[in-house]
Amino acid sequence: MKTSVFFGTLAAAAMVSGVVSAQTLDQVRDRGELLCGSNTGLAGFGAPDSSGEWQGFDVAMCRAIAVAVLGDPTAVEFIPLTTARRFTALASGEVDVLVRNTTWTFSRDVDLAFEFTGINYYDGQGFMIPRELGVASALDLDGATVCIQTGTTTELNLADFFSSNTMTYEPVPIETNAEAQQQYLAGACDVYTTDTSGLAATRASFEDPGAHVILPEVVSKEPLGPLVRHGDNQWGDIVRWTLNALISAEELGITSANVMEMANGTDVPEVNRLLGFEGELGAQLGLEADWAVNVLSAVGNYGEIFARNIGEDTPIGLARGLNAQWTDGGLLYSPPFR
Amino acid sequence: MATVTEHPAESFRPSQLVYDTRYRSMTIQVVAFILIMAGLLWLANNTVQNLAALGKDFDFGFLSTRAGYDINQRLIDYSNDSTHGRAALVGILNTLLVAVVGCILATIFGLFAGVLRLSNNWIVSRLMGIYVEMFRNIPTLVWILIVFAIMTEAMPAPRAFRGDDPAAAMSLFNSVAITNRGVYVPAPVFGAGSLVLVAVFAASILGVIFFRRYAKARQEATGAQLPVLWVSLGLLIVLPLLFYVILGRPITLDYPMLQGFNFQGGIHMRNSFIALTLALALYTGAFVAENVRGGILAISRGQTEAAFSLGLQPGRTMHLVILPQALQVIIPPLISQYLNLTKNSSLALAVGYMDVRSTLGGITINQTGRELEGMLLLGLFYLITSLLISGALNVYNNSVKLKER
Repeated sequence: MKTSVFFGTLAAAAMVSGVVSAQTLDQVRDRGELLCGSNTGLAGFGAPDSSGEWQGFDVAMCRAIAVAVLGDPTAVEFIPLTTARRFTALASGEVDVLVRNTTWTFSRDVDLAFEFTGINYYDGQGFMIPRELGVASALDLDGATVCIQTGTTTELNLADFFSSNTMTYEPVPIETNAEAQQQYLAGACDVYTTDTSGLAATRASFEDPGAHVILPEVVSKEPLGPLVRHGDNQWGDIVRWTLNALISAEELGITSANVMEMANGTDVPEVNRLLGFEGELGAQLGLEADWAVNVLSAVGNYGEIFARNIGEDTPIGLARGLNAQWTDGGLLYSPPFR
Repeated sequence: MATVTEHPAESFRPSQLVYDTRYRSMTIQVVAFILIMAGLLWLANNTVQNLAALGKDFDFGFLSTRAGYDINQRLIDYSNDSTHGRAALVGILNTLLVAVVGCILATIFGLFAGVLRLSNNWIVSRLMGIYVEMFRNIPTLVWILIVFAIMTEAMPAPRAFRGDDPAAAMSLFNSVAITNRGVYVPAPVFGAGSLVLVAVFAASILGVIFFRRYAKARQEATGAQLPVLWVSLGLLIVLPLLFYVILGRPITLDYPMLQGFNFQGGIHMRNSFIALTLALALYTGAFVAENVRGGILAISRGQTEAAFSLGLQPGRTMHLVILPQALQVIIPPLISQYLNLTKNSSLALAVGYMDVRSTLGGITINQTGRELEGMLLLGLFYLITSLLISGALNVYNNSVKLKER
């Protein structure tokens, strides 16, 4: 009797522990909602607006996935995660996808067992400093006190940058961008360092953005992109090709304004395949045939999302730079929809 | 009388396991034990399977790989080339620093507040009451953040000290700089001959201890009192001072100076350290104060009256009669307050203090993805530390409790 209880427990344990690796797509459909790990608040990339609606460049990516899978851009629950907590949250299944200014690195991809599904923003680490300090180069920062978000690649780059230039610094570890902003403005640190896009977004929310300069040195490569857990390739494909659809649509001239019209067939075969007029790309992903039409009409193409959230006409005012299409001299280059 | 009862060998039936009181408790214990073990096994198995499903193994090898990040407060040598294990050690020492300084301060705050709350002076006792209630009833984390916010927002930045007409000035004869990055105080520099001075100081401490013993023995034997306080002070202060001058001032002070972005030199007590230690000490001190008050009130009024009738002064009554007895009541709950303070120090990350929770349990876990291993090590560290603290205090408790002969 005792042994049967024992083996019964073992069997039950084996069954319960198998649940976690179930198919993410089915889970999201059953739930009727996408759980998207997002920033705790970085203007332009991911932050709730005055009415509590999440807005931003990364947020639009989450909405695009929600439209592709569930057909509804509002069927997303945004779960704010600090830099230190984000990977645990994704690994444990607390979120389905993490779109949170996260740098694609070897160890995160291989050792942490995540799958980066592409790059939605090519970034690099920079330094912001009050103009009154009169520092013109990051090489003049010897002895400075630097605010740095813990658990980031920037933390490691910072250590590398200062030791390779034989300079010293005093790190002030902080948890969120909001905390960093407060410490920096109070003068508790001389310099704030994070991805240049993040610096621009943070500076845009200052009372007097002109009083702060972003130093010209970009000390690292920070390819930011959405990521999912290893082991569910179908889900990884959906996230990857949703991003590629946004990028390809811009290249092919599909916008939220003309997508409905183009969905009825055009002379360009790739447009027809992408929008489901021809072929069965949607079905191969396990999605509706018109998934890309829905995505593009709901959130627009990559260029529209960029311009709306962080482009030159917004307070953040980032130029396309590396994030222009390859045809315009940038790095955005989506594999073909074929 | 000697009728050896030759019971027929009673055959054991399984139903006796439930109905026979001789066996029942044993049965229940065995079943409970099996259930607990099965539960633990289930948890362990679940963990192993889920780790396997995530493609993760269980490995402590990350402790010997390069950490790659910097830590601002280091009590031992550490650079970003050191290992994660070394980073954890730096964090452990930082945790212990907060715990030790915090416990000492909390005891001082608690002892004063607890004794003064019983004062006959209305204002003093009410002030202490307000202190206790304020700190006891607001969460620790809030206090830590309040102290930190005051230090960061209200103090001047180092750049305010610059220029011909600076907005801020150093205090205490230009030796202490209070900035929003922390407090810079002069650091002692040990020159040649300072070892002799330290030896002299140690010797004078020993001298004081021996003199006090002698004075006590003499008082018990003859009743005559020696001027213990004055002799002790003389031994402690005058003697080392004399040697300090004779040896040609071997210990000098390194004053903090504004250089570049920050003050350089001296000892830098970071805001995060001050905020964490002070808030924890004040918070825990409020609980200690209540323990102290409870301990003193537990000693019957008759003891005080008896001491007074023998002609003892109120101070001596407290010192010689009340406190030695009250300590037996105060120390056991004091142990758990010390444990609380030590464990609450893991809130350090809120103000960016690099304790073991922030290094091993924060950045290291984040950079290596070894959550389970890191958290297990962290739990083990706090467990061992807590057991050591309570063990040490139990020894002390045994030494002060009433010796029943």
